[in-house]
Amino acid sequence: MAVLLEKSFPVEAGAYTTAGEASTTIKRTLKQLGISAEVLRHVSVACYEVELNLVIHSLGGTLTLLVDPEKVTLISRDVGPGIPDIDKAMTEGFSTANEEARTLGFGAGMGLPNMKRNATEFDIQSEVGVGTTITMSFALQ
Amino acid sequence: MTIREVAQILDGTVLVGADRLDTPVDTACGSDLMSDVLAFVKDKTVLITGLINPHVVRTSEMLDITCIVFSRGKKPSEEILEMADEIGITVLSSPLTTYTACGELYVHGLPGTKPKKKEGT
Repeated sequence: MAVLLEKSFPVEAGAYTTAGEASTTIKRTLKQLGISAEVLRHVSVACYEVELNLVIHSLGGTLTLLVDPEKVTLISRDVGPGIPDIDKAMTEGFSTANEEARTLGFGAGMGLPNMKRNATEFDIQSEVGVGTTITMSFALQ
Repeated sequence: MTIREVAQILDGTVLVGADRLDTPVDTACGSDLMSDVLAFVKDKTVLITGLINPHVVRTSEMLDITCIVFSRGKKPSEEILEMADEIGITVLSSPLTTYTACGELYVHGLPGTKPKKKEGT
């Protein structure tokens, strides 16, 4: 499928103040493309959750937005530390977030399940010491 | 219900968005946990919170929340207010606690958001 738009955003580990800026840009970009409010909300929520996860849990990574005529795809790739037990990480309420994230109102163990709930398709691959890749797609129809 | 009515019921001070008080709201959510807000909220929602940081506004932007009420008389920084105004979110400060503010809106007919359900989760 022809890609109409591709944009990548670097996300810095521990950058709590700027966390969410990539999601804001992505949301505004998609809005300009005329994507429906409902799809846009699903993409925005999942995007914000995954960006926060990069800031809170990863050693840094990249968030990539792809748009084709049928779907929006978000890919989060980080450089570690990797998730030892994905099933556990996907459980609502399980979190390894630090105090700083919790003070800001996050780290409740809702992120990954909420991404899965909002995305049409959700895939997570992780290797300890290597990194985690999350791929989410959102159907436009 | 409109944001103007929300402000009246909660004895709220309008911090930004005085020109958007006729915007309708359908539901409300009271939470200091943005993780929960991200998991449950729909649009045309009033968010009542005691948490003051830029992520309250960013979370609201992602969800198309139209009005944020800071409870217990809390007033966010100018930076947070400017962020909200730029996005078009109306910000109120209410002297009521989060619990009382939610209760007042509920008895005046504004329902809460219902948790989403999706197969397999």
